[in-house]
Parts: sequence; C-alpha cells; structure tokens
Amino acid sequence: MAELLEIRWHGRGGQGAKTAAILLGEAVSISGKYIQAFPEYGPERMGAPVLAFNRISDEPIRLHCQVANPAMVVVLDATLIGKTDVTAGVPEDGLYIINTNLSPGEMRDQLGLADGKVYTLDATQISMETMGRNIPNTPMMGALIKATGLLTIDEFVANAKGRLEAKFRPDIVEKNIQAIERAYQEVQGEE
Amino acid sequence: MSRRVAITGNEAIAEAMRQINPDVVAAYPITPATEIVQMFANSVSDGKVDTEFVTVESEHSAMSAAIGASAAGARAMTATSSQGLALMWEMLYIAAGLKLPIVAPIVNRALSAPINIHCDHSDTMGARDSGWIQIYSEDAQEAYDNLIQAIRIAEHPDVLLPAMVTMDGFIVSHGMSNAEFLDDDVVRGFIKEYEPKHYLLDVENPITVGALDFSDWYFEHRRQVADAHTRVKDVVLQVAEEFKGISGREYKLFDGYKLDDAEYAIVIVNSAAGTAKTVVDELRAKGLKAGLLKIRLFRPFPQEEIVEALSGKKAIAVLDRADTLSLMGGPLYIDLRAAMYDSPGPRVKMVNYIYGLGGRDINMEQIAGVYNDLVEIVKTGEIKRSVTYLGVRE
Amino acid sequence: MSAAEKGWKDVPMGGLILEAGNAKEYETGDWRTHKPVWDEDKCSHCMICWVFCPDSAILVKDGKMQGIDYKHCKGCGICAHECPRKCIEMVLDTGKDGEAGASE
Repeated sequence: MAELLEIRWHGRGGQGAKTAAILLGEAVSISGKYIQAFPEYGPERMGAPVLAFNRISDEPIRLHCQVANPAMVVVLDATLIGKTDVTAGVPEDGLYIINTNLSPGEMRDQLGLADGKVYTLDATQISMETMGRNIPNTPMMGALIKATGLLTIDEFVANAKGRLEAKFRPDIVEKNIQAIERAYQEVQGEE
Repeated sequence: MSRRVAITGNEAIAEAMRQINPDVVAAYPITPATEIVQMFANSVSDGKVDTEFVTVESEHSAMSAAIGASAAGARAMTATSSQGLALMWEMLYIAAGLKLPIVAPIVNRALSAPINIHCDHSDTMGARDSGWIQIYSEDAQEAYDNLIQAIRIAEHPDVLLPAMVTMDGFIVSHGMSNAEFLDDDVVRGFIKEYEPKHYLLDVENPITVGALDFSDWYFEHRRQVADAHTRVKDVVLQVAEEFKGISGREYKLFDGYKLDDAEYAIVIVNSAAGTAKTVVDELRAKGLKAGLLKIRLFRPFPQEEIVEALSGKKAIAVLDRADTLSLMGGPLYIDLRAAMYDSPGPRVKMVNYIYGLGGRDINMEQIAGVYNDLVEIVKTGEIKRSVTYLGVRE
Repeated sequence: MSAAEKGWKDVPMGGLILEAGNAKEYETGDWRTHKPVWDEDKCSHCMICWVFCPDSAILVKDGKMQGIDYKHCKGCGICAHECPRKCIEMVLDTGKDGEAGASE
C-alpha cells in the first residue's frame, strides 16, 4: 500500500457517501491504521452530486486540505457518470469501484480508461433485494473490502454491525450485513 | 489505559465535557458546534454526568447563565460558534472583568454577511481583546487535550480568567480522524474539584458581585485583569507539564516545527498548520530550510518566546484565516509585527496572507507558493505586497 | 465569462442577486436517478401534477399539460405518486436516450 491512500466517494445527497466513508474509516482505524473521513462540505440536498473522502496511512495524518488526487474512486450511482467527472485528478493507475450492472470492461470503455483497475458491482440490485430500498453505500463497502484487501470481511462486518446497531433495528442491521457479504462475493474485477 | 478512537472534533469535545462533568452547562445550538451540546445533552439525560443543563433562548443568555453559575461557585461551561459568539459579545467582557473561570469550546466559523457556515477565524479573532484566554487547536486530539487543560488554566488561583478553546469548523469539528481519550478517573484526577475562593452560594461569607464601579475604581479592577494575564503563560506551561505526565503528549505556548534552523518561516494557527507541516517536509527534502510556528496560546500573546523563536529568520509569512479590515493585514500578522518590533538584530522581512475565508480550501501547492514568495523576497530584497489574499478569485 | 471565472471585482456587492427569477438558470435535472415519463394518451389534463410538483417542472400551455421540464425535474416522483390516472411512470434515468434535458 502507498504511504498515504486517498479515496474519493461519488454519490448523491441521501445515498450515504459520508456514512460509507465514516464506516470505512472507523473499521480501518480499529485495525491500527490512521484515518480521516470527511465529506465535501456544502449544501446538503437530496439527489445532488456529493463527494466524501478517506485518507488512510500507517503514520498519523496531518493534512487538512481536500483530496485532489485520489488513488481510488468509489461511485455509488452510475447515473452520475457523464454528469460529473469521476476520473478528475485520478492517477493513471487509479482504482475504480462502480455501482453498475455493466461489466468492468464495459465500464472501462465508458470512462475511457487505458490503464488502472476497474471493479463493478450491481449494488442497487443487491440493496433492493436485501434491504428493499436503494441504499447502495453498504454493499459498495463490501466491494471495496474485496477489491482492496484493506481489511478482512470479518473485521469490517464486526465494526459495521456495532455502528449500525446503535442506529437501527436488529432486522435492518442483519439486512445490511447480508448486503455487505453478498457484495463481497459478487463484485467483479478484470482478469 | 487510554483509548485510541476514530472520532470527529465535536465528538472529542463532547467526550471531554462528559469527563470534565461540569456543574453547569448553558448552551444554545449553532452550526457547526450544535453536535457538541447535543451529545453532551445526551450524557445529561443518560445520567452520565451530574451537570445542571440549562436550555436558554440565545447565546447571550447562555453566556449570562454561565456567568451567573460561575459567580455562584459552579464550574460552568458553554459552547458556541460564529454568530453565537458574536451574540455573547457584551457578556464575554463581563466574564473576564468578573474574573470568572468559565471554559468554552468554540468551533471556528465565518461571520455573516454573506451568510456562511464554514470555517474561518473571524469569530474568535474578533473576541481576542475581550479578556478571555484563547487556545487554538490543530485537530481533534489537540482540541480534546486543550479543553481539559483549559479547566486547570482558567481555575488556577493565579489566573481566574475565562478561557476559550478553538478548533476549525467542519474541517475538524465534522471530519473524522484518530485521537486518544484518557480514562475518566485520570481526567477527573487531573482537573480536580473546583474550589472557588469567593462565591455567591457561600452563605457563611456573603458577597456582592457586579457592583457599580466608576472612575474611582474601575481602572484598578481592569488593571487586575491585565495582571492576571501576565501569569497565564507560566500556568499554561506548568499545566502542560502535568498533562504530559498523564497523556505522554507535549504542549507548549506554540509548536515550532523544524523551526530552529529554518530560514523561511510560516506562522499559522489551527488545521491548516497540519497541511503546512507536510509542505515543510517536502521543501526540506528539496533542501529549502523551511519551518513553521503554530501558535497555541494566542491570548495572552507570548511575545518574548515567539520573538526569540523567530529572530534571525530571513523572512516570515503570517497566514491569517481572518481579516481585520484595518488595511494592515490579519490579526495574527498585526500582533506578530508589533511583537517583532523589539526583536534584536536586523529587521526580519514579514508578509501576510489572508486565506480560507468562509471555508475556502487551502492546499499544499498554495502553501508551497508562500514559501516560494519568501525566497523571492530574500533574493530581491523587495516586498511587492505586504498583504495578499490567497486563493480568492481575482 | 462563466460564473467560475468571475473574480471578486466582477460579482455584485454584498452577495446581492440582481436578476429576479434567476433560479431558472440553475438546472437541477442532473440530481435525479429516476425520471418521470408522461403518457399523453392517458392524461386528462387535471393539473394535479402541476399543483404538486415542488420544482415547477410540469410544462403547461393554455391549461393543458405539455410535458416535463427535464432540466429542472429532480426526479422526486411526487407527480407519479399523485397522478389519479397513473399516466406518469418513474423510470431509471440512464441519460442515454436523449430524453433527459431535451424537452422544454
């Protein structure tokens, strides 16, 4: 892993981009690394494009500026592609994880990427089937864990469970965990 | 055993307040400080603290209630931001004038107009001459540590002054990062019980607070406030030494980063200092003797120590996240220039950058550009502009 | 000069907004994931969608519905929910069929 890993989350207001960044940050923090998790601060409007960020490092993180060149991009909603530039500032060997029913190859073509890594997952479908609502952030975290190996799925689920239990009913927590685990199995990378 | 956690700045402050367990908290919600009071109110309703929580109808009332409680003999706290601090205005001076050791975390946010909820330092910088001690914090860890230390500093018998501990709105208050919390009994052992000398609820020794004080004695009482400030520095250092003993973390009046042998220095407060330290590292790797001075104690201003640390530098840039509109630059710059007037040796070249108003991001490139400007100033011996608005759309 | 290129000397003082009704220039159509599709044949022009639409995105001329202003519709689905004849359907907005942002 690079000395400082920076991740950018693309979503729409209400889809949980900030929550995803926070859940990931907390889980990674428990593993002993240093983290930051923060949204792009601005008006909060349902449906409007929003960004959230993570920084992850083995050393304490002192940077307090925005993330401009993330090595990793997670897109919670593929309808944003074409309306926002999800590749902006990403290095050529950047890693993308995208919520779409397209294959990684098809998505690579759509984004016009020559290099880097592309993973895709139909997180919307998983979310609809497990939770009955389109909340793609939870399954996308499962995909991220698989694609990056930042944590084991067990480590991640244990923390997510604790956090979700503070906010939701047990059956809802269970559905979220199911979504994460299914995503972990179903995310597609390139051969 | 301390606890290493991933938390936001507001969570860290609310946790410190729970551990401090003040006698009275009076507060009114305002973004981005609302969460502090909201989380602390949860601690109250969950019975985790013994605090009398006073819900008030404005920040003016919040500070008034804190003053009343403190005068009655309570350890009193509040929390606010921006317009809230502005609305406390007249009461800030009263807290200081009555020498009441109220402690308040303040989340730095711009002042209207135009309306804006994001970070700059206009709010606390505006209150810099109110008689309050001001301690600035780079991140959640520092905010947590500073708030606990502020209790001891404010309540020290040699001081007895109100103290505000600041951190950057959203960037620190809402951003998640790592921090270490101390154990409850360690915190309580450190802050000890508050034992006021004179207080209204001491029925055996009745007193009057806030009596009329005209030209015969007002001057003498204000002179006492100034005198108390002369003792703050030593108390801050003494409390920091003790705090190091319980936390392992070191605090001083300011934080010099690669400053000793630096030729080019930036002076800055709060979160942007962290970004600037990373820039210093990069410039050092390229062979430039860059350094940084991050002020922790801004009121009272530790003039001698800062002048000593900055004397002999080739050029200094002061970065202000607030403007004074005096056309002489930001508040840090004006104080630094006044302080450096007494520095020994040839006059150091100093310039000012006003940045980040209303939450405008400041990045590494911009800070590196400031160091470049300093190199250029030394090379040419010429200052083209003493005050620069950094990152504004021209 | 686009808004992003304007400097502090180019914008009205004090954050004043000098043109009335300029919210129309702020296109919020790309906030949506689903878009309403209107079936003209089933529509009785009762105007209930027009009453409920929070974004004034129902286009009307001479008391008759004309279609949907996709440049401003945020895809909330209130029109489809309220339509008594169920002639508005919410479909995933892929942005590919050229329909989004097309009609006004």
